[in-house]
Amino acid sequence: MSDSIGTVKAQKVTLEGEFELECGQSFNDIELVYETYGALNADATNAILICHALSGNHHAAGKYENEDKPGWWDSLIGPGKAVDTNKFFVVCPNNIGGCHGSLGPSSINHDTGDYYGPDFPIITVRDWVNSQAKLSDALGIEKWHAVMGGSLGGMQALEWSYLFPKRIKKAGIIAAAPKLSAQNIAFNEVARQAILNDPDFEGGRYLDKSKYPKQGLKLARMVGHITYLSEEAMRSKFGRELKKEKLNFGYDAEFEIESYLRYQGDVFSESFDANTYLLMTKILDYFDPASNFEGKLVNAFESIEAQLLVVSFSTDWRFAPERSKEIVNALIEAKKNVSYLEIDSPHGHDSFLFANENYVKGLSAFLEN
Amino acid sequence: MNTIEVIKNWIDKESQVLDLGCGDGEILNILSKEWGSTVLGVEINQDDINKCIQSGLNVIHQNIDEGLENFSDSSFDIVIMSQTIQVLKEPKKALQEVTRIGNESIVTIPNFGYWTTRINLLLSGKMPVTGTLPSAWHDTDNIHLCTIKDFENLCSECEIDVIEKCFFNKFGKESILAKVAPNLFATTAIYKISK
Repeated sequence: MSDSIGTVKAQKVTLEGEFELECGQSFNDIELVYETYGALNADATNAILICHALSGNHHAAGKYENEDKPGWWDSLIGPGKAVDTNKFFVVCPNNIGGCHGSLGPSSINHDTGDYYGPDFPIITVRDWVNSQAKLSDALGIEKWHAVMGGSLGGMQALEWSYLFPKRIKKAGIIAAAPKLSAQNIAFNEVARQAILNDPDFEGGRYLDKSKYPKQGLKLARMVGHITYLSEEAMRSKFGRELKKEKLNFGYDAEFEIESYLRYQGDVFSESFDANTYLLMTKILDYFDPASNFEGKLVNAFESIEAQLLVVSFSTDWRFAPERSKEIVNALIEAKKNVSYLEIDSPHGHDSFLFANENYVKGLSAFLEN
Repeated sequence: MNTIEVIKNWIDKESQVLDLGCGDGEILNILSKEWGSTVLGVEINQDDINKCIQSGLNVIHQNIDEGLENFSDSSFDIVIMSQTIQVLKEPKKALQEVTRIGNESIVTIPNFGYWTTRINLLLSGKMPVTGTLPSAWHDTDNIHLCTIKDFENLCSECEIDVIEKCFFNKFGKESILAKVAPNLFATTAIYKISK
């Protein structure tokens, strides 16, 4: 039986000490917000770390008091669900650089007393994983039963597997890629240009000037959103349906898809930070574990000890099944413990958010075997 | 001996084994638990894949007909292809791939030359429906059935050596008849081959 986790609350921790970043800069103390679901067992062997994607945050499951909307992975996390909170202690942090309470561009830089804004250093997937390892220490978790995530979250799970091979038993790498393609980077660049060229962006200092690049962020989200859906999903959901009965020969939103994208862009631009969005796209663009190994992914995977599950979705064209197979084939060549599942799903890249039957069965079999 | 016992007999303990068309992982499970093999399966059926994962087996969701280029030459000690070759679009290519990937390979086939199959076709004039081949001609996954003779001819055509072979009767056991005249009296043949 699957049910909701119920009401949840975010927690906050300060990870003390100097935290060095890949770019050479460092932070003194980092603040992270996170949520937990389920209970940690006595020997701390049932903990699962959930890594969020580009626009995600620490609110992965359950609902906040007085709110109707559940967390972003509520379909998969809860009692009796794919990630069963009756069995596992689930932790989901908001990554540094985020805009939902963890240290990020909209935090105050204690050295200057101002918002970080555009001065927030460019961080990497490796920096995230290092910060998550510090969080593990703070929570008393020496070894994760599993680290998993979709999209950019899957890249973090992959990074965990070779960066901390002794600290992770299983890795779930879902709808991910071993690096971005030129097309992926191109879409990110369009999103960045939309934000950077919004007159209210103010060189990233919009918070100081009480302005906000809403239009830019809205456009960025609209173009991103198109890449999350499949052609098939868009056609069946919207087709060429009009909002009114006939064409009105103007530039207002006439087709349902226009109206939908505008709405999604609006909602997102009101709840997300533009500097964080810029940063997240850069983190994606930079991810390339093979780059330190003369382009050989198989060598990057040498240290892996975990059991890995790679999952892709048939209609995902942002990170298509072929991209997941690049990871799988390198893992096979490196003689690692890997399983691969390609799920039939009409929802494009967003498929990883839906509780598709085969996907749920595969995930729970993997986590519980 | 049955199929799995023959396979165990033919491979060293702790070998690296790839099973192409591994189904629910029955063979791999036994090899991994009882023979210390390091195993990997390839399967296309999602339910079977999930059963493999549930048993803790490594399994790759892949259509063998779309190629096996992702497995490099001699990357496994043993490649198994059990009751699979007859459902593939290009059995010859598959056989060549199997012997490329494995230092040695084990292939199991259903024998279409079995005597009841022959009589069935001769007397009824219809495609045989039997215990090992239970589906009607239009409905069967077995699109490339062969006899023991056919298979051995294909091996020599591809310059593949048969190292060992074993034949089973319809009870899945070795018998004198199946040994003496396998193409008539064996329902299943199992080969150890290499190139």
